[in-house]
Amino acid sequence: MTPEATTVALELDCRGMACPRPVIELAKAIGGVPVGSLLAVLADDVAARTDIPAWCRMRGQEYAGEEAAADGTPRHLVRRLS
Amino acid sequence: MSERATPDGYLDAASSEALHPAARRMLLSAMDQGYADPRRLHGAGRSSRLLLDNAREATADALGVRPDEVTFTGSGTEAVHRGLLGLHRGRARQGRTLLVSAVEHSAVFHASRWTGDPVETVPVDELGRVEVAALADLAASADPPPSVIAVQAANHEVGTVQPLAEVAAALDGRSDAPLFVDACAAAGRAPLPHGWAAAAASAHKWGGPAGVGVLLVRKGSRWRQPFPDDDRLDPRATGFANVPGVLASAAALQAVVAERDEVDARQRALIDRVRATVAATVPDVEVVGDPVDRLPHLVTFSCLYVDGEALVTELDRRGFGIASGSACTASTLAPSHVLEAMGVLTHGNVRLSLSRDTSEDEIDRFLAALPEVVAELRSRVGL
Repeated sequence: MTPEATTVALELDCRGMACPRPVIELAKAIGGVPVGSLLAVLADDVAARTDIPAWCRMRGQEYAGEEAAADGTPRHLVRRLS
Repeated sequence: MSERATPDGYLDAASSEALHPAARRMLLSAMDQGYADPRRLHGAGRSSRLLLDNAREATADALGVRPDEVTFTGSGTEAVHRGLLGLHRGRARQGRTLLVSAVEHSAVFHASRWTGDPVETVPVDELGRVEVAALADLAASADPPPSVIAVQAANHEVGTVQPLAEVAAALDGRSDAPLFVDACAAAGRAPLPHGWAAAAASAHKWGGPAGVGVLLVRKGSRWRQPFPDDDRLDPRATGFANVPGVLASAAALQAVVAERDEVDARQRALIDRVRATVAATVPDVEVVGDPVDRLPHLVTFSCLYVDGEALVTELDRRGFGIASGSACTASTLAPSHVLEAMGVLTHGNVRLSLSRDTSEDEIDRFLAALPEVVAELRSRVGL
């Protein structure tokens, strides 16, 4: 595995943002990370759990899973494919 | 269709359809006659009783059931509560777990949780169709065993028709728990499915008045009153009979069933056009639900980056009334559990649903306005 396959190139702090803001921030930021690398979205909005994977499917990117940040906030990982 | 009941631009019949002209005529005439207590033996009471019996027979006939299987309730929600909970109570010795599809109406979930007994959720696929194999496995393995299995006739948000014949076949030999079918979204628009022990419907969804629900309990099913008795003519009913309301509801149902083939064909074609045009003219949109095996009159789609409340407000400003299942439009501030269970986009959501008299011209105007509205809302957030 190349280093960028597992390290997060950019983390977006979307805590406190209501839907669809986290997805908007993700769409604006994805072009700024290299193809193949990971972008993380910290979001406490409950809709993000459904909408970030849906965004990945619609935009041809890869949803790489959810983990918990240090404070317990869901952290969604997205890999830029194109 | 000389009488137009629905105002121009109202595209939310799945929330509530405007009163059918047949219901309106019946309601006005029945108001003056159906006031007396149908249990009384005097002339006015006998007259009320006759009207109530007529409404029951007409409703049974339109739904293809027996008159003694029909109970009128005060709402579709009440019919859901009584149907589901009456079956649950009737099976108290054999089972306790309520097995509920993930896309049921919230009334089914609230009633299930209210029992305090275990509730198991059955997953659906990305079209919103219940996973039949998973349902049968859960029915066979649930501990305690299932008391009742709830699967709707068709989904109220995305229109997908549930495979109830497959459900019955898959349960055969694996579970004898009774099936509760919430038919509120489908009744009147499609024939009732088979296999239910109890079912529920709601008159204002087919152009009857609000305040009338229909509970169906199949002859021979084990159903026990889940709430206090009320000594009515119909032992499953409580409260003073709404005779004018049930007559108007029956009149609307008869009319809707009589015109069903014609309305169905017209609505199906219009919804097909909406599905195709929205997908072609709005970028980054997801049109959801089964494109074919669906209710005739409704469609749901979601637009990336758009706030659902802003979309409802902008479309309303242009004269279109639509519903949205997005979090910011819901009283709970949670996204639609139906869209969530399907794993589809929940924000920027629009549910458009047709009345019997929605015109082609209205749909064309909606389709012409939508791309501009979506583009404008996206430009506000810099996308």
